[in-house]
Amino acid sequence: MKCLRTFLLLCFCAGALPGQALAAPKKLSFIPLWSPQAQFAGYYIALEKGFYRAKGLDVEILKGGPERPADVLLKEGKADIGTLWLSEAIKERAHGVRLLNVAQITQRSALMLVAKKSSDIRKLQDLDGKKVALWESFQLQPLALFRKYHLHVNVIPQAHSINLFLSGGADAASAMIYNEYHIILNSGLNPDELTTFFFYDYGLNFPEDGIYMLEKNYNKDPAAAAAFVKATLEGWKYAFEHKDEAVEVVLRRMREAHLPANLMHQKWMLEKMQGLIYPEGPATRAGELKRADYERVASELARSGGWQSVAYDSFYRDCITK
Amino acid sequence: MITFKKGIAFKLALIFSGSVTLIFVIIFGAYYSFTRKMIEKNTAENARNLTLGTVARIDGILRSVQQVPENMAGTLERGTVNKEELIGLIKSAVEKNPEIYGYGISFAPYAFDKNSLYMSPYYCRANKSLSWLGSDTYQYLLADWYQIPKELGKSRWSEPYYDEGGGNILMATYSVPFYRLVNGKRTFTGVITADMSLQWLREMMAAIKILDTGYAFLLSKNGNFVTHPDHTFIMNETIFGVAESLGDKKLRGIGRGMIGGQAAFVHTQRLDAGKPGFLYYTPVTSSGWSLAVLFPQDELLADLTHLNWLVLLLSAAGMLVLFGVVVSEARSITGPLTHMADATAEIAAGNLDVKMPETRSEDEVAILSRAFSAMQLSLKNHIARLTEATAARERIESELNIARDIQLSILPKIFPPFAGMPELDLFAVLKSAREVGGDLYDFFTVDEDNFCFVIGDVSGKGVPASLFMAVTKTLFKATAVSGTPPEVVLDNVNTELSRGNDKAMFVTAFFGILNIKTGVIAFSNGGHNLPVVMRKDGSVKYLWKTGGMVVGAMEGMKFEPGTLTLAPGDRLFLYTDGVTEAMDKNKVLFSDERLLRELEQLHGLPVKEVLNRLLAMLVDYSGGDQSDDITMMLLEYKGRS
Repeated sequence: MKCLRTFLLLCFCAGALPGQALAAPKKLSFIPLWSPQAQFAGYYIALEKGFYRAKGLDVEILKGGPERPADVLLKEGKADIGTLWLSEAIKERAHGVRLLNVAQITQRSALMLVAKKSSDIRKLQDLDGKKVALWESFQLQPLALFRKYHLHVNVIPQAHSINLFLSGGADAASAMIYNEYHIILNSGLNPDELTTFFFYDYGLNFPEDGIYMLEKNYNKDPAAAAAFVKATLEGWKYAFEHKDEAVEVVLRRMREAHLPANLMHQKWMLEKMQGLIYPEGPATRAGELKRADYERVASELARSGGWQSVAYDSFYRDCITK
Repeated sequence: MITFKKGIAFKLALIFSGSVTLIFVIIFGAYYSFTRKMIEKNTAENARNLTLGTVARIDGILRSVQQVPENMAGTLERGTVNKEELIGLIKSAVEKNPEIYGYGISFAPYAFDKNSLYMSPYYCRANKSLSWLGSDTYQYLLADWYQIPKELGKSRWSEPYYDEGGGNILMATYSVPFYRLVNGKRTFTGVITADMSLQWLREMMAAIKILDTGYAFLLSKNGNFVTHPDHTFIMNETIFGVAESLGDKKLRGIGRGMIGGQAAFVHTQRLDAGKPGFLYYTPVTSSGWSLAVLFPQDELLADLTHLNWLVLLLSAAGMLVLFGVVVSEARSITGPLTHMADATAEIAAGNLDVKMPETRSEDEVAILSRAFSAMQLSLKNHIARLTEATAARERIESELNIARDIQLSILPKIFPPFAGMPELDLFAVLKSAREVGGDLYDFFTVDEDNFCFVIGDVSGKGVPASLFMAVTKTLFKATAVSGTPPEVVLDNVNTELSRGNDKAMFVTAFFGILNIKTGVIAFSNGGHNLPVVMRKDGSVKYLWKTGGMVVGAMEGMKFEPGTLTLAPGDRLFLYTDGVTEAMDKNKVLFSDERLLRELEQLHGLPVKEVLNRLLAMLVDYSGGDQSDDITMMLLEYKGRS
């Protein structure tokens, strides 16, 4: 009797479930692969709504951006966990950085090619001989596409802005569905004036955003990794169910980082993220890195750049079924 | 009390006010619409002038900056320069052109020096320092200001941007690509750039005051806000983003027109407050930007709106006044009318002294009022005369009634006449048509055996006839002395009546003498209706006619004698023309034939009963409208028993 009372008291003081309650929250620093925007709404929401804390994690979200690359911070141990593109992570792994994928957040590739119909581009074959601007670091998929469909394309480098395409300096350009495509639309071009190409439709689905950590860190506390993944997925679920609130949280993060914050753009981004994370709606196994997706990306990397990838099981740690 | 709720006054007021309101609404609607169009037209004109002036100034400033790199491109294309000359060119460009904030020449990879990938000297006015762009972290080859003119092959203003190094001011860069002949081929060699602070632009735009809340703004080629009163818009929002957030497809269309280099005057939502406004936009041709001025509709139309309210208020007040005036005016018409109606009702009730309402004006109501007064007066006079006349007539009538009483009183009224004369039964009635009639009957005995009877009808009616009748009756009684045959009696009466008969009055008379022993009647007929002989067996027939004219018309007339013998039970019916000439409502006479038929029917009844039934029948026949005196006498000879 006395024993039970003590137990209940402990539970009450900890304010949480037994087991977790007695352990101090585990500190984790998280680095997103870009500056604050709705692309990372799930993480901000998970933190904001206390989903991490509820799983015994004390998460700090570091400021990301071009000057603070996630892979570098992970490698240097300045961040415990972070997001990277799948193809980039495979390349890092090939370079000997022992990164593990603990969750594949986006299931669909957000990368797309956008072309102007005024440049006479209405179908894929029309790209032949055209000037296509490509981001230097994200050329894997487009080049695979051109090779697959035997297109001879005049590739020119693309900067971060989409102005080259808008000014007519390129007939087509790469864009992320959740970002540049919306900027193009909000620069006065109507969807019916544009031709879009999604790599998914051409058998080149290279899903991007995944959660990564160094293998040694993972091995120290696999449960923490799993808790982070689960809380993040909860965060995403909540964000999609409460979009206005999620956008509000994102905008606040953006303002705190002194970034121009545009409500409509973030709304668009969150909307598109839902399609990428839950491409099949509720039936999607959110967070899973599919073997086929991994192997598709790995083999393309091997073919185009000679990158040697490890086996799927050595690369991916399933944190969602555990 | 004057009630006008549903009266003429109210109806008039309603119709007047309604019509005036309708007319007013139409006029005011047309006026409003016209004025509004005029204001819009003027606004469009003002806006056009304002924007054209501003655009010209902007273009002027931009062009002055454009000239510097354009001229230098020519210099660079004509000949090679060494590094020192290059630096000198750059420095002097900045020093000679105060509008230029920073200036640089960026060569294509290895175009200036075969060994160097980057060659891009840049001079900044702010810190007066020369720097060399191009590194692994700053690959200017990918910068918009380098890449876009290179790819397009033409000079171009960049999208405005915030210069993070130079105090976060809004800048725009004009880039001019330059070329050289390499192996006989025109080859892209680099880009000359002139950076310009857009601070002046913001000041210039901020200085454009449009009413209280109107404003001007500038859009970049991509639809970004270069200037806007709301600073969060600047380079962070495009007009299309605003259209998206407002859900305003029209605004998106306007945005496309703006960045498409068009000029137009449009009605739109305000970008900031979402309130309606008028937008005029026109292109800044040198940079491909678009300048717009927004006139807030509420302010623009404020005077018109105020005027609207004023006019509405005034018209409402005017309408009330009009209503009041019409009601009051209508009441001044209907008031006397109502008085007149009340007065007339009183007159109808008999009060002829009621006063008609007085009217001051000379309108129809006054005429009506005077006509009513005149009518009242004449009615009063008429009634006074009528009262007088009625009094006179009543007096005459009362005298006539007396005369009638006297007349009737001189006729014998006891039936059967003589108690000691069982051989005879007799009954007579006289019903005058007017109060005093001219009919007469009489009977009397002259001796033991002879019984005289007479029936007559004086010509004319009324008092003269009545007096003539009295005279006639008296004469008969005086003349019929024992032994005088009937024709002589008539002769004598005729002589007496004709003498001094200036009025030529006459009387028809049947005079008979019944010998009660024998039942023989000696008679003479002075133009009277033929009596009916009613035999005991029920047969009836008219007595034959004997010669003789009316009595009293002319002296010396001769009358013939006649004789009729009555058996016991036989009757003789005498009457005046009031019986046979009684008329029903269709002016159909009772007729001799009918009389005969009716008498046949009444056979066997007592004499009094026969006459009473006949009289009732005649009264019924004439429907109570008796046109002539009715006199009947029935004589029955019973014989000596």
